[in-house]
Formats: sequence, C-alpha cells, structure tokens
Amino acid sequence: MTDRVPILRIGDVLLVSIQVELEDQMVMDLQDDLSQRIVDTGARGVVIDISGLDVVDSFVGRMLATNAAISRMLGAETIVVGMRPAVAMTLVELGLSLKGVRTALNLERGLKLLRRLAAGPADRA
Amino acid sequence: MRDYAATGAPPESLSVGNSSDVVMARQLVRTLAQRTGLSLVHQTKLVTAASELGRNMLIHGGGGIVRAATVDDAGRTGVYVEFEDRGPGIADIELALTDGWTSGDGMGLGLSGARRLVDEFGIESGPDGTTVRIVKWGR
Ligand SMILES: Nc1ncnc2c1ncn2[C@@H]1O[C@H](COP(=O)(O)OP(=O)(O)OP(=O)(O)O)[C@@H](O)[C@H]1O
Ligand SMILES: [Mg+2]
Repeated sequence: MTDRVPILRIGDVLLVSIQVELEDQMVMDLQDDLSQRIVDTGARGVVIDISGLDVVDSFVGRMLATNAAISRMLGAETIVVGMRPAVAMTLVELGLSLKGVRTALNLERGLKLLRRLAAGPADRA
Repeated sequence: MRDYAATGAPPESLSVGNSSDVVMARQLVRTLAQRTGLSLVHQTKLVTAASELGRNMLIHGGGGIVRAATVDDAGRTGVYVEFEDRGPGIADIELALTDGWTSGDGMGLGLSGARRLVDEFGIESGPDGTTVRIVKWGR
C-alpha cells in the first residue's frame, strides 16, 4: 500500500523509472512527490520511463498528462520514454492521445530532447 | 452475446474491494490471456479493458466479482471476463458509453474505450447492480 515510485535526480533532470505494476494510490502519490521534487530541486526536466509497464490505462494515462502540465507550470519539461508499441496502439484505441505529453523512444533520446529544449527558446518545440 | 459463462471452462474468480484487487484482477486476466495464447497486442488491449472495467466496478459499483475463463467458439479460442457488482447501476447506458461522459471527475473513456478494445461487449445494468461481459478472441 505504501510503495512509492522512486524519483532519481541526475543534474537538473528528475528520472522516474516505473518498474512495478502500478496501483492507483501509487499513481496519485507519484504526482504529489514529483511536483514537490521539482520545486525542491529546481529541476528543469523530468523523464518518465514507462518501458516497464505492459499496460497503461486511462488512470495512468491521465497521470502522465497531468504531470506534464503541472511540471511545465513549475518550469520543468516532461518527456515520457519507453512506451511499448502494444501500449501505444491500445492507448490510441482507448481514445487517449496524450496530447500535451512529449514522448521519446528511449531514455537516451529523451535526455537529448530535454537538452535541445533547454537550449532553444522556452516556448517552442 | 452468447452465454459464455455457461459454456466455457469453469471461471477463475476474484473479489474486488479495493484498488490492489484491481491490480490482482489485471494479473488474473493477463495470466489467462497468456495461457490462451493471445498475441501481445491482444493481451495488452484485453488487460487494459479489464483494468478500466475493474476500476469502474470498484469506484462506481462499490466493488464486486471478476470472473475470467478461456472460451472456445467455432475453432477459435479467446478469453471471457465478467465484472459483476451490486452497485447503483447505470441509469442511461447509452450515455455512459459516450466518449468523454463521466458522472464523476474521470475522463469518461473507461467504458467506451473498453468496448473498443475487445471483440464482444455486453452490459446489463439495473438498480441491483451492473454486469459487464467481454471477450477477446485469439486469431
Ligand atoms: N459499474 C458501474 N456502476 C455504476 N455506474 C457505472 C459503472 N461503470 C460505469 N458507470 C458510469 O458510467 C460512467 C462512464 O464510465 P467511464 O468508465 O467511461 O468513465 P469514468 O469512470 O467516469 O472515468 P474514467 O475515464 O476515469 O474511466 C461513469 O462516470 C459512471 O457514471
Ligand atoms: Mg471508468
């Protein structure tokens, strides 16, 4: 019940690697923890690695979208990385396009994208 | 929808009363889907639908029972899952199945999305509760 998803700090990036099956409470805790950590650390970027998730339902999908929106307001860009192809196909059919959530194929590309975003004007992709 | 509950193998069942039970229900359906030999994409769609329906059963129906079984029909094999609760029921099923409609603060995608993700979808609802039945077929 009290399991929490760990948040690692690497420079000014927070890395969240979801390696366990998510229960709804963990999803909500992650949202709280992450916004707090952004404020505490002044992180400019967040990478959420979901390669460990074989299922992303509307609850988790909404968390990813909400997280991206909250983080942006706190000055950090969020990149979701590692989505499995079957998960992407399922999300689209579910009707969850995750608009407003930046994605990258893997961690390396996600970090690269963050660096590029940090270098460019704040308001463009 | 055929009465798969009556024809298939005896179902495995699980009672859902809290959110960790929803995780268990997901695992039950996943294991069955793997054992039945559904493709990875079909497994993912089925388990996602089960997650939506299990959560609905918990949040809107106050909990209930999930039953899952392998079923056969005309040479194909699939997975049947049933979600039965004794909650307040759904007053307007058509409305509830509309993309984006929610009576709470959800996204209103669970029910309509789950229907899209499976091959067969049946729903019965009244003041004594709601039962949703789904089937995902293998090739
Ligand atoms: N088992 C149930 N018992 C009673 N009402 C239900 C049940 N399942 C669904 N509903 C009703 O149907 C509506 C639509 O369900 P749906 O799953 O699409 O959306 P939601 O649960 O509100 O949001 P979410 O997108 O987070 O799933 C619900 O808001 C609820 O009013
Ligand atoms: Mg729902």
